[in-house]
Amino acid sequence: MELRKSYFADVRKDDLHEIGQPRPRSDSPGHVTGRTAYFADRNFPGMLHLKMVRSPHHHARIRSIDTSEAEKHPGVIKVLTAKDVPHNVYTILILIQVGPEDETVLADGKVRWKGEAVVAVLAETERAAQEAAAKVKVDYEVLPAVFDMEEALKPGAPIVNEYHGQNYYLYDSGACRKVRFGDVEAGFAQADHVLEQSYQSSPIEHAPTETTGCVVAPEGNDRFTCHTNTQAMFFTLDNTSIILQMPGSKLHFVGGTVGGGFGGKVDVIVEPIAILGAKLTGRPVCFIYSREEEMQISSPRAAEKVVIKDGVMKDGRIVARKVTGYTDAGAYSRHSPYGAQKGAGHYPGPYTVPNVWIDTYCVYTNRTPSSAMRGFGVTIGDFALEVQMDKLARLIGMDPLEFRFINAYRDGDMKAHRQPTEGAALIECMQEAARVANWPVAEKYMAMSSYKNGA
Amino acid sequence: MAKVPVQFTLNGSEKAEFIDSGTTLLNALRDKIGDTSPKGGCHQGTCGACSVIIDGELRLSCLMLAETCNGATITTTSGLAVGGVLHPLQRAFLDTFATQCGFCTPGMIMAAKVLLDHTPNPSREDVVEALSGNICRCTGYEPIIRAVLAAARANPQNAA
Repeated sequence: MELRKSYFADVRKDDLHEIGQPRPRSDSPGHVTGRTAYFADRNFPGMLHLKMVRSPHHHARIRSIDTSEAEKHPGVIKVLTAKDVPHNVYTILILIQVGPEDETVLADGKVRWKGEAVVAVLAETERAAQEAAAKVKVDYEVLPAVFDMEEALKPGAPIVNEYHGQNYYLYDSGACRKVRFGDVEAGFAQADHVLEQSYQSSPIEHAPTETTGCVVAPEGNDRFTCHTNTQAMFFTLDNTSIILQMPGSKLHFVGGTVGGGFGGKVDVIVEPIAILGAKLTGRPVCFIYSREEEMQISSPRAAEKVVIKDGVMKDGRIVARKVTGYTDAGAYSRHSPYGAQKGAGHYPGPYTVPNVWIDTYCVYTNRTPSSAMRGFGVTIGDFALEVQMDKLARLIGMDPLEFRFINAYRDGDMKAHRQPTEGAALIECMQEAARVANWPVAEKYMAMSSYKNGA
Repeated sequence: MAKVPVQFTLNGSEKAEFIDSGTTLLNALRDKIGDTSPKGGCHQGTCGACSVIIDGELRLSCLMLAETCNGATITTTSGLAVGGVLHPLQRAFLDTFATQCGFCTPGMIMAAKVLLDHTPNPSREDVVEALSGNICRCTGYEPIIRAVLAAARANPQNAA
């Protein structure tokens, strides 16, 4: 690795002992010998297997649930429905006062997406649990469903989630998160060109090699030890405490080793119901997603739509940028209100634009609830922004990299969120990228600097 | 459910168990015998995390019935290190940062071992082909391919 010491020479120390040195990973010896203990490597005598009965409909009222045949199935120990869950309606971010509680651990009266958990079956073997789950009879009245965010926002659209009352998350700022800076309409009026484009993405599944799950063992002292591959240990502990109405001191969570997460294991889904199963049966319980459940049931990255309208001058300056972002939360909030808000914080990208208007919506549809994934709330926005940047450069006949040098934020520039830019280093990054990629850039750009007043 | 006896050699030790008929070798190894080095990533023969070596051949233990392995000689990643000394493949995976979450690693090492047992001096294409049934979601495949090639180079028989 080469360290370019010419950059930021006045602030850097270069007394680096670790950076640039290879260091062995502490977990790798366990990985290569097969000794690393993942949650599913824990096996307890008498362990029960939990399988879910899931909704075959995108949106339906539950008229009745009949578990009698399932309960009689050989090997079945317990069948759980909504009434067994002490605090059945929850939302993960309630811990940081982002409500309302809008999601059921087990469906109560209604299902809002295809695959939603309705009944949990605990049995001696995985096979018995699966067979018994197939014997649970749920009588549904199918309701109209909505899958498209813009359709969901139209008046008269089916209401997905009654806990919200409308198909968008109501922020304290209203129906969307807003950023207002300068006068965007005046910017468009002044611009040589105005370009409006819309960008869309599909949900993306994280597809970890190890599926989501947990193994729970009741301890002799009335505590429950939960081995889990959650990426959000304390969210899981605290939400489980709320859902089960159990003090946290009764819950011992063991995690740390995750067989691939990528943000897909931050929701609190498997642990509360598995611990409840262990509590009500007095037996160890494992609840492990099948590969099919991992792909179909676990939260994907949200589908997004991003509409960007830019005003640009022939000399390359972007003078106005208006962004409307839509995040498809699916049927429940999980982390999506935060994701959509983060999008508002991320636009207009790492560029200094004098007139900015941003609205970002968190929208509810009857799709699989979405949640975090790598670069949560910003990755799709970056895709949209950077494709837009290339289109703008082409529109005015400018090299796309030189166009970015002109608009890149510098230290001291006021951002649309009224935070002055600090430690930007974008120009220096682009200079290095141009060198490494052998991309010809005019000398005046190679002489620029991120420092305040840097050319 | 009827129990059936199974008996095989695992990493040099004799093992005998009574299992439910229809139990996969993966579940028998993990739940009955306690060797959790083979991993269950898909239970449908597509991810390779459960790979083991049976009588010298690479096999997906999630698709093998344990009762068909009577009398077999089975090797798993947990049995590769001898007397605390890592196998050259384990050493290479460690030294070249070919692991991240580690869940695919035991299966990768099994697939690589069968390759090197048959082809001690493989080409890069040979390595790619040999690992083509094993999915890694974290590191990208390049560090893993480099690790297998490094292990082959470390073999004294391949010197000069």
